[in-house]
Amino acid sequence: MSKQPAKHFPVPTPETAPYWEACHNHQLLIQKCADCGKHQFYPRTVCSHCTGGTLEWAEASGRGEIVSYTIMHRAVSKAYAGGGVTVLALIRLEEDVQMMSNIIGCDPEQVCTGMSVEIIFEDWSDEISMPMFRPADQQ
Amino acid sequence: MLGALRGKVAIVGIGDTEVGIVPHMGATGLCVDAIRRALDDAGLAKTDLDGLVTCNSMADPYLYHAEMIAEYLQIFPRYCLGAGAGGGTSFTVLHHAASAIATGVCKTVVISMADSLRSGMTRERAMTAQSSTGHPQFESPYGPTVPALYGLIARAYMEAYGTTPEQLAAVAVNSRNHAQLNPLAQMREPITVEDVLASRMIADPLHLLDCSLVSDGGAAVVLTSAERAADMKQTPVYLLGAGEGHGHEHISQAHSLTTSAASESGKRAVEMAGLGPKDMDFAELYDCFTPVVLIELEDLGFCKKGEAGAFVEAGNLALDGSLPTNTHGGLLSHCHPGNPGSMFALTEAVQQLRHAAGDRQVKDAETALVHAQGGIMSSHCTLILGREPG
Ligand SMILES: [Zn+2]
Repeated sequence: MSKQPAKHFPVPTPETAPYWEACHNHQLLIQKCADCGKHQFYPRTVCSHCTGGTLEWAEASGRGEIVSYTIMHRAVSKAYAGGGVTVLALIRLEEDVQMMSNIIGCDPEQVCTGMSVEIIFEDWSDEISMPMFRPADQQ
Repeated sequence: MLGALRGKVAIVGIGDTEVGIVPHMGATGLCVDAIRRALDDAGLAKTDLDGLVTCNSMADPYLYHAEMIAEYLQIFPRYCLGAGAGGGTSFTVLHHAASAIATGVCKTVVISMADSLRSGMTRERAMTAQSSTGHPQFESPYGPTVPALYGLIARAYMEAYGTTPEQLAAVAVNSRNHAQLNPLAQMREPITVEDVLASRMIADPLHLLDCSLVSDGGAAVVLTSAERAADMKQTPVYLLGAGEGHGHEHISQAHSLTTSAASESGKRAVEMAGLGPKDMDFAELYDCFTPVVLIELEDLGFCKKGEAGAFVEAGNLALDGSLPTNTHGGLLSHCHPGNPGSMFALTEAVQQLRHAAGDRQVKDAETALVHAQGGIMSSHCTLILGREPG
């Protein structure tokens, strides 16, 4: 009965462990194919463009723009209901890969598609830091 | 080879369980009840079945679900498959089961799917189970609900084409109008566009009434060869076309938020059937959220890109419109027990094509297009059904 609702923590796998280790150090690493030179996200053991098997980890700029977003008025569970509404977004990074994240650090009503955003890490535990995004140039 | 399936297989039995809130039955019981009803409708005994296809339930899951249902019912099929591709599962397995019949792997297959999302699970467990469709590492940690994942699509679509909230709402109103003519529908109270817009915002721009229901229920269909179908109890409904399209699994990996793999599944089904969108007397389109119907109308060739909002607003989906759609009330108003949801679109299409749909009968319905998708606009399957084998 006293069980606290928990957020959904990512559990790293062999191909994603370097990504999560970098996040832990507040660094965004994504894969770059040694054969075709393109980036991909999420991490894989093969290049999703050319099926090449040599993938290098490259530090991403952490900047991108909002492709789409939704303001969630109902949280998926109590663990996510704490901070008012949540902005869920798809972000296209400068490296031309797309990822899901939350937009934080601004009034949800300010969020719009095409908005420039930059990464900011949220420490969830001793191992896991989550990449989040906020409006760019907001120091 | 595309034509090899056309007219070769027919739906000869259908069964819907009670739907909505059905606390006296669990998911397994509903699944078997649907089979019993479909066999009864077909005039068949369980010993006539040599194929079984099910999808797992969230409320009462089994590791090997189809085998479990076979055991429960004490049938011993030669073709036994538990499938899972979200809301599109029912149609993709029909496509596969039809292939199995056409190639002689088996003769008579029942497809049955049920779940008990309303009575068999707590609300929080049902929400968490459904949102496990998110990628476990790269989506779910951000807390998306299913409406939020579709909210991303809704926003992108509306901004791309200038679609209005009123046009989305018109989809929900159309379904509710039809549900009022369906005594089995879960939600039959009339609603207006204003009601939809005034309903609680769930995941902006999706209001509560833009979202489908959470239900208990199940349905089954019996398939057999066209030859065998000719002598059976019911007017056979023939499979004329089937096509699939699989674009992504997770929405963050989608190549487009506004055009889906329905464009591929629809093209494949139409090619097999040798019929086009204009030949369809009605449609049953997967309507887990209102904007999904608009995207499907376009990707399936009923409207040009960006024009579906105006098409719906003009009343084309009504029973007396140019393309009566979701004639039973759809997932928005009839019921939505999760993965089995599209089964009811199938049983409804069969009722319509048998000319047995009562007050909501589409006049002289000969040919229908039914479409389902699973995941987050991920896996699509289009079926074309008709009263004549082609
Ligand atoms: Zn490559």
